[in-house]
This record gives sequence, structure tokens and C-alpha cells, in this order.
Amino acid sequence: MAETKKTGLIGGILSLPNDDPKKTLFIAVLLCLVCSILVSTAAVYLRPIQTENKKDDIKKNILAVTGLNDQAGTVDELFSRFEVKLIDLSTGEYSDTDIDPVSYDQKAASADPQTSKNIPDDQDIASIGRQANLAPVYILKEGDKVKQIVLPVHGYGLWSTLYGFISIEGDYNTIKGLRFYQHAETPGLGGEVDNPKWRAQWEGKKVFDENGDVEIRVIRGHVGPDTVNAEYKVDGLSGATLTSNGVTNLLQFWLGEDGFEPYLKNMQSEMGNS
Amino acid sequence: MASQAKNNVIDPLIDNNPITLQVLGICSALAVTTNMMSALIMSLALTTVTAFSSAFISAIRKHIPGSIRIIVQMTIIASLVIVVDQILKAYAFEASKQLSVFVGLIITNCIVLGRAEAYAMKNPPVMSFLDGIGNGLGYSLILMLVAFFRELLGAGKLFGHQIIPVANDGGWYIPNGLMLLPPSAFFVIGLLIWAVRSWKKEQVEAPDYQIHQVHRTEVL
Repeated sequence: MAETKKTGLIGGILSLPNDDPKKTLFIAVLLCLVCSILVSTAAVYLRPIQTENKKDDIKKNILAVTGLNDQAGTVDELFSRFEVKLIDLSTGEYSDTDIDPVSYDQKAASADPQTSKNIPDDQDIASIGRQANLAPVYILKEGDKVKQIVLPVHGYGLWSTLYGFISIEGDYNTIKGLRFYQHAETPGLGGEVDNPKWRAQWEGKKVFDENGDVEIRVIRGHVGPDTVNAEYKVDGLSGATLTSNGVTNLLQFWLGEDGFEPYLKNMQSEMGNS
Repeated sequence: MASQAKNNVIDPLIDNNPITLQVLGICSALAVTTNMMSALIMSLALTTVTAFSSAFISAIRKHIPGSIRIIVQMTIIASLVIVVDQILKAYAFEASKQLSVFVGLIITNCIVLGRAEAYAMKNPPVMSFLDGIGNGLGYSLILMLVAFFRELLGAGKLFGHQIIPVANDGGWYIPNGLMLLPPSAFFVIGLLIWAVRSWKKEQVEAPDYQIHQVHRTEVL
């Protein structure tokens, strides 16, 4: 090291023996500085692309659950056909806040005590702990008539919280589709919630029975021609009882009175009046 | 020099493979091998991180104080992993969703730190870079092999394309659910190590301790 005689402060420190405390400190500080600049540059520079990806992913899933993804057009073009509104879950009415519904982050809102409420244990069948006061709904209209309405749902399965969307047709009762965009269930078992065959079963199922109770559920085994009330039932995922139960629970919760039931009932009666 | 470079890349593939010979990096080999796509992304990420961290550490190796050398190595590795993770989130969103926390866990992958400490601290940057590439490829080779068996037998697919028609979709193959769970990777890796050591006998370790034959007369 002695032959590379350097001058100046930095050169002086670098030419110290490696064990010198001054040099140790200097190297540690310098390294941290360089590394933090590297990491923060990458994070800041890539942030816009990442947020775009996340938004895109949600849009794609909304399009997929309504079946719109088969149609021609870019994601943004197709998505612009949806009317996005925020509803107040406690009343089931459209909220009058000035929050932009498209950029509203329900996940972040459920973590903030200001914008969410605690769910008492005995009502928390979806095991989500807290629930945001506002929830977005995505309305697809054809002319003046509501054709489909997409509702965000989430709840605990076996290993993870499943996040997804359920699409309901203009009668506010018939399911068009159910699709999860984020979960960490066992691939091949609970992960089969992503199986297109299984997902296809949801189309045409009914949410509410004649008494207006949430009846939709995933059953154990297979829904056959002689299953009683087959219109409310979907095949269980074999080897994944807990994930199947989780799906039932989250639907019962989000379509029930703590979830979107007041809203759906409001819309049903509105439809009856007009 | 050229043969040394070639050696650095070729040697870790089979003769000095980080997984089958050194038995390092098993944790991620269990976690990300349920399908070939995530195994491939993980392999690319790990190879990149190992190569660049080795090169950077080697470049400053003469100025790394002995007392904080592991921390210095970890800081460099961790920074690179975060950068790779950010890049994946930006340009390979689907894949990064599947890998979730496992990219972050490259930081604790023994292969990366092992190469930094064992090779990069004593060798020049270009050689260290090639050594990192070689070890990354050795890891990738095993990961892809394990993922091949697990995805094919567990889901009847390769890279997400249906290869064997499974019973759920009306085919004849009933997928082996165990292949999709972590223990199956242990079995596959175990069988691979067995296969490699039967082929290359020099990899078989000498027993640490041999129980010697007890003769009746000694007992009595």
C-alpha cells in the first residue's frame, strides 16, 4: 500500500492501514453513503412505473371479472367505460366526499383509524380486523341501465388474505364473475382459486335467497344436478377446505350487512321504483 | 488467465455446484421452484446479484477493514438486492408478484455471501465477476431442474403451458399435490445430489466417523 502514496485528505485516509479506526469509520460512512444513494435513486426513478403497474393490474382484473378483457381496446380505453364511485358502507349510499374514487386506496384506508373502523370479533367472519368506511364500486352501464357492478372483496383464506373483485349483474343479485388478484394460498390446492374452470362456475349464481339473506357459498364437494339450491352453491376446491371456507366467509361478509348489502338493497329498490 | 476465467464459470456448474456439492442456498431452492417461470426469474436475479456484488466487493477489497468486512459485504449485497427488486417491480411486475418476499431474501442467500467472502475478498474484480456468474449459473441449473420436475409432476405444466392433461380438466393425469409443497423440493434435491455423486465419485465425502466392528471377544 505504501507505494501508492496519495495526497489530500481522502488519499491520506485511504493510505492508512485497514485496521485503523479512522479508516474503518471513513469506509463505513462512505459505503453507506454510496449505497443509500444507489438505492434511493433506483426507488425514486422507478416509482412512477411501479405505481402504474399496480393500477394497471387492478384495472386488468376488473376488466377480467366483467368479461370485458375479451373486447378490443387498450386497458385504459376499456376501463374508461366504468363509472367509479365511492360508497359509504354504513349507509349503502354514495359518499359525498371529495376523494377521487379512482385513486382511492381502500387498503391504506383500512389501516388508518381516521378512515376505518374496527370490526368486532363476532362479526368479523372474513378475519380482516379493520374495515375502511368507504369502498369503491365500478359501474358498467349500457345506455342508462346498469349492466354490471364490480365490488372489491377481501378476506382470510388459509395462509393469506385474498384480495379480489366480484362482478354482479344489473339485477344486483346474479353473479357474473369472481376473481382474486392477490393471495398466497398453496399453489395447486388453495391456489386453484385462480383456476379458470373453477372461476367459470360463479357465472349465473345468485347472492341473495327469497328472504334477502346472503346464501352464496362454496360447498364441500361437487355441485351436481340434484344439489338442493344449486344456484347459491359452488364446488369446493379439493384439498383446500380452509381456502374454500375463506372464500365463503369473505363473500358472506362483503355481501352481508357489514359489507355491500345495504348498497345492493338500495339499488334493488331503486330499480323497482323506476 | 483465460483458462482461469473459463474455469470460474464452468467449474461451479457441476464439479463445484453451490447447491449439490456445497449444499448452500437450499431455502430459496425450496420456495421458488413450484413453477419454472418463478425459478427462472429467481435464477436471473441471484446470478446478477452474485456477479455484481462479487465484482464490487473485489474492487474495494484492499480497503475493507477486517473488523467490519462482513457488514461491508452485506451492505453491498443488500443494496444490490433492493435495486434488483425495484427493477423487477417496475419491469417484470407479474413475476415479482409471484416471487414476493423471496427476492428480498437473496440478501440472506448463503451463496452470495459465500462467494464474496471466499473468492471476491482475495481475487481481482473481473475474475470475481465471472466467479459470481458461474456460481449463479450453477444455482440456476439446479433450480430449473427442480422446478422442471415439480411443475411437471405437480401441475402437469411447464412454464405455465399444459403438457400433461390433468384430471381436473378432463385429462388422465392426477397431479401429485406433494410436488407443489416445499418438502418435495427436498426429495428432488436429495435425489439430484445422489445422482451427481454417483456419477462423480470424487464428490462423495469421507465419513467423519466410522463405527468400528465390535468383536464378540472384545465385549466379553
